[in-house]
Amino acid sequence: MKALLHKIRSQFAGIPLLSWLLGALVAVVIEYLVGDTLALMLGLAGIPAIFGLSTMLAKPLLIPSTMLYVLLIYLLPAYVVGRMTRPLAESLLPKLPPWLSLLIHLLLLYAALHLWSNLDDYRLLVVKFICIAIILTTSLNLVNGYMGEFSCAHGGFMAVGAYVSSILTVWWFVYDDVFGPPVLPPVLGPFMFPLVLIIGGLASALAALLVAIPSFRTRGDYLGVITLAFTFIVKSLFENLEVVGGPRGFMNQPKWAGLPWTFAWMLACLFVIYNYVNFTLGKGTCAVRDDETAAEVMTVNTRRIKVVAFLTSAFWAGIAGGLFAHIMGYINPGTFGVIKSVESLAMLYLGGLSSITGSIFGAVLYQLLSEVLRPLGMVKWIIIPLLLLGVMLFRPRGLIGFREISFEFLRPKKEGKEVEYAPASD
Amino acid sequence: MPLLRIKDLTHFFGGLRAVYNVNIDLEKGDLRGLIGPNGAGKTTIFNLICGVYKPTEGEIILNGTNLVGRYPYEITARGIGRTFQNMRLWSNLTALDNVKIAFYSKIHYGLIDAFLGTRRCREEEKEIKEKAYRFLEMMGIARYADTVISALPYGAQRRVEMARSLAVEPRLLLLDEPTAGMNPAEMVETMEIIQKIREELGLAIFLIEHRMKVVMDLCERIHVQNFGEIIAEGTPEEIRSDRRVIEAYLGEEVEA
Repeated sequence: MKALLHKIRSQFAGIPLLSWLLGALVAVVIEYLVGDTLALMLGLAGIPAIFGLSTMLAKPLLIPSTMLYVLLIYLLPAYVVGRMTRPLAESLLPKLPPWLSLLIHLLLLYAALHLWSNLDDYRLLVVKFICIAIILTTSLNLVNGYMGEFSCAHGGFMAVGAYVSSILTVWWFVYDDVFGPPVLPPVLGPFMFPLVLIIGGLASALAALLVAIPSFRTRGDYLGVITLAFTFIVKSLFENLEVVGGPRGFMNQPKWAGLPWTFAWMLACLFVIYNYVNFTLGKGTCAVRDDETAAEVMTVNTRRIKVVAFLTSAFWAGIAGGLFAHIMGYINPGTFGVIKSVESLAMLYLGGLSSITGSIFGAVLYQLLSEVLRPLGMVKWIIIPLLLLGVMLFRPRGLIGFREISFEFLRPKKEGKEVEYAPASD
Repeated sequence: MPLLRIKDLTHFFGGLRAVYNVNIDLEKGDLRGLIGPNGAGKTTIFNLICGVYKPTEGEIILNGTNLVGRYPYEITARGIGRTFQNMRLWSNLTALDNVKIAFYSKIHYGLIDAFLGTRRCREEEKEIKEKAYRFLEMMGIARYADTVISALPYGAQRRVEMARSLAVEPRLLLLDEPTAGMNPAEMVETMEIIQKIREELGLAIFLIEHRMKVVMDLCERIHVQNFGEIIAEGTPEEIRSDRRVIEAYLGEEVEA
């Protein structure tokens, strides 16, 4: 049994990520061509939305045919193509500069995602939500992970970004009962959309000053309570603003946040935060977390660090809010309450603190789980918390806490070549 | 004009008199000791110099500028390096990162550079990395550069802390019990390092120490503090035979 497992694993282990991505792309193309026919032949209602997992939970009788579908459409082609392109990838990758290699990986990933989500509106929505979740989690990580504070304000920041950008798009580009005819020609809209999002993000960053300034003097639980209060204040503010619909919500936003935009914003967020925490200027944030007094005595301007961390974090939460509003075309204050903050926290702690790859992993896993387990209804809200509890018990630092997944796959070292500089092990 | 002038320094924690009327002048290149029984207020003096506390009264003047009321990061950026009694290293970061962060105040690139990883930022980062690495080499711990602090042995951690305080490029180095918790061999090594730092970098060193051997062998002048006050000052020989110092450590003789 063990030997068999090992054999299976060794079959998969050597395949570089690039080949897997190529395989995924081919699999999606195959699904495009024969997905519907195969689903019909296997007696499924349609192509399974998310790898058939929710179908299997809802209708156990369909498990064999769903699994067969997943095997034939995804796994088999991905594996075959992966094996076939392996020599190509292995000879190509070491020659490429890292940025080009990264670009190729990202383009392949995007192409596969785009085609996959194009087949089904529900898939598209899930992929966009995952992108937003990644932005939320990574930005929250800056404050909760890298700076070691406890912020519950992400729901509030998201609300500010969502409302401000929604008001701007509706006021400028849409005919609305409250805001009247569009101020600017609506043709410009999609081009101005990034600007609108940035303004939303900046508004959110401005609101974050309300949290950042108390953080000079308070830490830990007390600051946590302040951030919680912030979320409540923002929520009730929008509930009482009749101009934006009060508790009924605000609609008419043009649905401009397509997958390309959402994906691009997610990449931008990852790029900016990854850079910041890896340069000395941003590493000061970690110093504040580990020992604030020492940080200050070692010339780190802790106030500046705190303001930058909170404002950057809030900026990206605002962007996420803006994207969310322009995906749904409708927002209401209830969406951005404490629950949203808690959801961000759950994703963050699931993935692991102080780790960008951990944040990505946590966000994707959490979002997929909460979609896949949907057929279980209320039971979902027992399973997910239990899962989190398990993670906290057995891996208190989260699944990938305080370390990053290696990016070596971008440029694998040639075999036999010694690693130049091996860090001393513990 | 002395490098550092501490003038009539007094500090109260509520009703507790931690530091009282302390006057110390430090010249360039000095190697001074500060000793005293537990709770005498030695570390408080260091904290006052670094700006961690604001003194109730008194002045602290470094090279002609008054430090009182400034933030700690401003004070240290002006040339005061410091280590802590119980080592306050950033334990989730690597040794190299710990030293790199001490260059924080000398970073020229801006926030946007850091966000976008511009060429300017990358070049400066490279410089910082090289400089930080040199300090680790100087302390003989370059091989631990990429190890996380919490995984380092105690002696190496002490050295990382020393490297970090030197990375501030100080004119005055405050060492708070540099040999605490060390075995005799490590202690001798540390003493050698302190001598080496002083000779190579030509900076003034002010150290708090409980081990008499270290203070007596290293320091040219010693200040003795008890209940906040400086009760004696002089060369090691003078201190060794000072009546008030012996009383402070051993208690007064009871007259029969």
